[in-house]
Amino acid sequence: MEFFHKVSSYPFMHTRRMWYGVSVAAILASIALLVLRGLNLGIDFTGGVVLQFAYPQVANIEQTRTALEQAGHDAIVTSFGSPNEVMVRLLPEKGQDVNVVSREVTTILQGIVPGVELRSSEVVGPQIGEELTNQGGMAILMTFILVGIYTWIRFQWKMGLSAVVATLHDPILILGFFALTRITFDLSVLAAVLAVIGYSLNDTVVVFDRVRDNFLHMRRATSEEVIDASINQTLSRTVITSGATLLVVLVLLVMGGETLKGFSWALTIGILVGTYSSIYVAGAMSLELKLSALDLMPPKEEKEEIDALP
Amino acid sequence: MYQFATWKYWLVIAVLVLGTVFALPNIYGLDPALQLSRVDRQLMDATAEQKVLDVLKAQGVSPSADYLKEGRLVIRLATEADQAKARAVVQTASPGEYTIGLSKVSSMPEWMRKIGLQPMSLGLDLRGGVHFVYEVDTAGAVTQALQSLERDVRTTLRNERIAYTNVAMEGSTLRVTLRENADLYKAIKLITPSDNSLVTEVQPVVEGASFVARYTEKALRDRQTAAVEKNILTLRNRVDQLGISEPTVTRQGADRIVVELPGVDDPNEAIRVLGATATVEFRLVDQVNDAYEAQRTRRIPLSSKLYTVRGSGSPVLLKRDVVATGDQLVDATSTQVEGRPAVSVKLDARAGEEMLKTTQRNVGKPMATVYIQKKRLAEGETCKGIRVNNDCTEEEAISVATIQGVFSSQFQITGLQVTEAKDLALLLRSGSLAAPLAMVEQRTIGPSLGQDNIDKGVKAMIVGLILTFIFMAVYYRAFGWVANAVLLSNLVLTVGLLSLLQASLSLPGIAAVVFHLGIAVDANILIYERIREELRNGSSPMASINAGFEKAFATIADSNVTTLIAGVVLYAFGTGTIKSFAIVMTLGIITSLFTSVVGSRALVHFVWGRQRKLESLSI
Repeated sequence: MEFFHKVSSYPFMHTRRMWYGVSVAAILASIALLVLRGLNLGIDFTGGVVLQFAYPQVANIEQTRTALEQAGHDAIVTSFGSPNEVMVRLLPEKGQDVNVVSREVTTILQGIVPGVELRSSEVVGPQIGEELTNQGGMAILMTFILVGIYTWIRFQWKMGLSAVVATLHDPILILGFFALTRITFDLSVLAAVLAVIGYSLNDTVVVFDRVRDNFLHMRRATSEEVIDASINQTLSRTVITSGATLLVVLVLLVMGGETLKGFSWALTIGILVGTYSSIYVAGAMSLELKLSALDLMPPKEEKEEIDALP
Repeated sequence: MYQFATWKYWLVIAVLVLGTVFALPNIYGLDPALQLSRVDRQLMDATAEQKVLDVLKAQGVSPSADYLKEGRLVIRLATEADQAKARAVVQTASPGEYTIGLSKVSSMPEWMRKIGLQPMSLGLDLRGGVHFVYEVDTAGAVTQALQSLERDVRTTLRNERIAYTNVAMEGSTLRVTLRENADLYKAIKLITPSDNSLVTEVQPVVEGASFVARYTEKALRDRQTAAVEKNILTLRNRVDQLGISEPTVTRQGADRIVVELPGVDDPNEAIRVLGATATVEFRLVDQVNDAYEAQRTRRIPLSSKLYTVRGSGSPVLLKRDVVATGDQLVDATSTQVEGRPAVSVKLDARAGEEMLKTTQRNVGKPMATVYIQKKRLAEGETCKGIRVNNDCTEEEAISVATIQGVFSSQFQITGLQVTEAKDLALLLRSGSLAAPLAMVEQRTIGPSLGQDNIDKGVKAMIVGLILTFIFMAVYYRAFGWVANAVLLSNLVLTVGLLSLLQASLSLPGIAAVVFHLGIAVDANILIYERIREELRNGSSPMASINAGFEKAFATIADSNVTTLIAGVVLYAFGTGTIKSFAIVMTLGIITSLFTSVVGSRALVHFVWGRQRKLESLSI
C-alpha cells in the first residue's frame, strides 16, 4: 500500500501567510486561556492531599461531597476513571497534619458506605510543589537551549532558530489545550511535554535535512521552491510516522487508565501540533529568515570561522 | 550484489541473544515469599538456612525455592496460604529471633537466579507500597550540635576542675561564664578543637570571665551534610527493623531523603517508627534543692533542671550535667524486669567509664532516666513540653532509682509501657536522628491499584504493538515484516537493558515503552521511504536498498539526537516516576538506533541481498 505514490507538490510555502494567522491566533488563544483560566495543576505542583477510593458499587459523588463539607473539609470530589472510583482532593491548611486529615476523610467515607477501599493516597508538601514548578520550567528551558545549539551546529543558525520557534509553538498549544479542558496538569504531563519537544524537533530535523540536501542539488531553484520540494519529499514519511505514533498514543489514551489520561492527551495533541509545525512553521520561518543556498555552502567562510576559534 | 560484513551478522545475533537472555526473567510471574533477617543483625548463613528449612519441613511446609541474599534468607512459596503458614511456623519455632518480611519474588527458575538474572525492578506505582520524602531540618542539626557542645564543655570544665557559673546556649552561640578570670584562656584552649571549627570571643562581664563560642560557617555546613548522612543511616537501620523486603533509602538533593517501602499499605506504623525521635538521658538527682519549692516559685537553680516524674507526677530536680545519653548506646533490647517492661542497654566505652565513675561516687544516691520525645504536633494536639511552632519536645523522668551498687556499661531502664519499651529499644538500637525530619511528600499505592496499573499498561502495550504490526505489514508488505521483526527485537532489547540496569520501571515508564513503539518505527519508515524514492527514480532494487540505508542514516542520527537531548534533560531534572520515563525513552532511542540501522540492514541483506538477480522489491 502507498498513500503517496507520486511525490506530491503542494505549494506549502505559498499559503504560509494564512498559516501564520492560524498559528498566531492559536498561540494568542493559548496564552489568553493560560492567563484567564489557568492550568488545573495537580498536587505535584500545588501541594495537598489526593485520596483515591474504590466503592463496592457506583459511588454517589454528591453525597460524598456534602458529607465532607459538613465535616469541615473543603474538598474537591470527582469520579476517577470508572463510576465506582472516587478521587478526593484537599488542600489542607497550614500546620494541619495531612495524615490525620486523610484518616478522617477515609473514616467519613467508610461511614457512609461500608466497604470503601482506600486505593491510594498522595500527600505533597507545598515547598515540593514550588520547587517542582521551578524545576519543570528549567527543564523546558534547558531542552530548548540544548536542541537550539545542536541544530545550530548541525545546520545553520537560521535553521536552528526556525526549528526552535517551530518547537516552541507546540508546548504553548499543549498548555493552551490543558487550560481549555482543565485536565489535571501533573508531573507526567510535564514529561509528555518534554517528550513532544524532542519528537516535534525530530520531524523538523528530517525536513531540514532534506532542505540542506536539496539546496546543494537544486542549484537553480528559489529558496521557496527548495523548501516546498523538501517538505513534499518528506511528507510521506512525516505523515506515516505521525500516524504510527498517533496510533499507539491513542491506544494509551483509551486503554492506559485514568492515571495516564493527561499524559496521553498531551502526547496526542503534541503529535498533531508537532506535525503541523514541522511542515508549516519551521519551513516558513527559515524562508522568512531568508535562508538560501549561500547559507548552507560557504565552505571557505566556515573554514575561516573554525580557524578563528581559539 | 554488495558486500555485507559477516561480523555484523554475528554482532546482531550476539546482541539479540544477550538481550533475550536478560529479558527472559520478565516472563515469569511473582510468587509469595518470606524474607528472614536476624533481629541481632548477624548475617544468615547456610547453617541458619538449614535450621529454618528443617523447622518448616517438620510442619509440612515445602518451599519452592530458598536462597540467601545479602545476609537474608529468602523462602519462596507456592501460595499465599503457604506463606502465612510458613510465617506462623517460623514465629512459633523461634520467637523474637527473626524479623520476618512478607514479599513477592520472581518465580523464574533457579538457574536464572544463580547466573544473576533479574526481572525489571518495578516502581512503587506498579507494585504498591509507600513512598516518603523527608526534609532534614538542617537548622535543627545546628541546635543539636550546640547542645552536644554544651554537654562536652560542661564535662571538660568539670574534669579540669575549672569552676563555672553558667554554660548555656544563646541563639546560635554558646555562652560560658567562669568564676575566675584566671581560668579564661585555659578554658578557651581546652574547648577549642584541633580542627578550628569553633570561633571564640571573650566578652567583658562584671564578675568572673565570660566568652561565647560559635561554629564557623564551614563547620556548620559540614555538620549539616553530616546530619543528612547520619539521618540516612539511621533511617536505613530503622527500615531494616520494620522487616520490609527491598526497602530503599536514598538522598535527593541537598537535604531530602526518599524512603520507599514496597508492599506496605498502611503507612502509619512506618511513619511512627521512622520519624520518631525518642531517646533517653541519665542524670543525677539534685538533692540539695527542694523540687516542690522550685516548682512553686519557678526559681530553678542554675545547675539543675526541673522535671516531672511519670506516674506520680511529682516534680524532681535533676542535675544539668548528663551522665550518659542515648547517643552513647551500642545496643538496646526490650526485655522484662520483674514482669514489667524494660529496656536493657549497653553503653559505649567512654560513657561506660563515665557511668562507672559516677556510680562509684554516688552509691546510695538517686539517679533518674529522662525520656525525651520530639514530635510534630497535629491540629488540636497539645504539647506537654516545650513548643516551637509545631514541634514539641516532651521530657519526663520515667524512673528515679537509688544507685544500689557500682555499674558501668550494662544496665536496665524501667518505668516504660510495653510499646514504649519496644519502640525505645528499636530507636536506641538504630541510632538517633542527627536532625529533626519533616515529611514533605507521602504517597501510598494500594497493591490492587499497582496490579491495575500493570494490567492496563501491559494491555495498552500489546494492543499498540499489534496495531503497529498490522499497519506496517499492510503499508510496507515484506519490508513491513522486517520492520516488525526489528520492532520486536527492539522491545526485547529495551526490556533486557532495563532488567540489566535494574532501573525501576513506573507507569510513565511503561507509557514511554508504548510511545516508543511509534518512534522506533520511524527509523524504518525513513529508510523505506528513501528506498521507495530511489525505486521511483529508476534505480535498481539492490542499488535502492543501499542508497536508502546510506542516505537515511544521517537523518536518523540527527533526528534521534534531539529526542535524546530531551530524554537526558528529563533525567537530570526529574525524580521518581519521571526518571523512569526518561530512562526508558533514552534506552529506547539507543536500542532503536542499533536495531534499525544495523539490525534491519542485516535482515534486509539476509532476505534480499544474497539474491543474484533481484527484479523487484516487496515494499
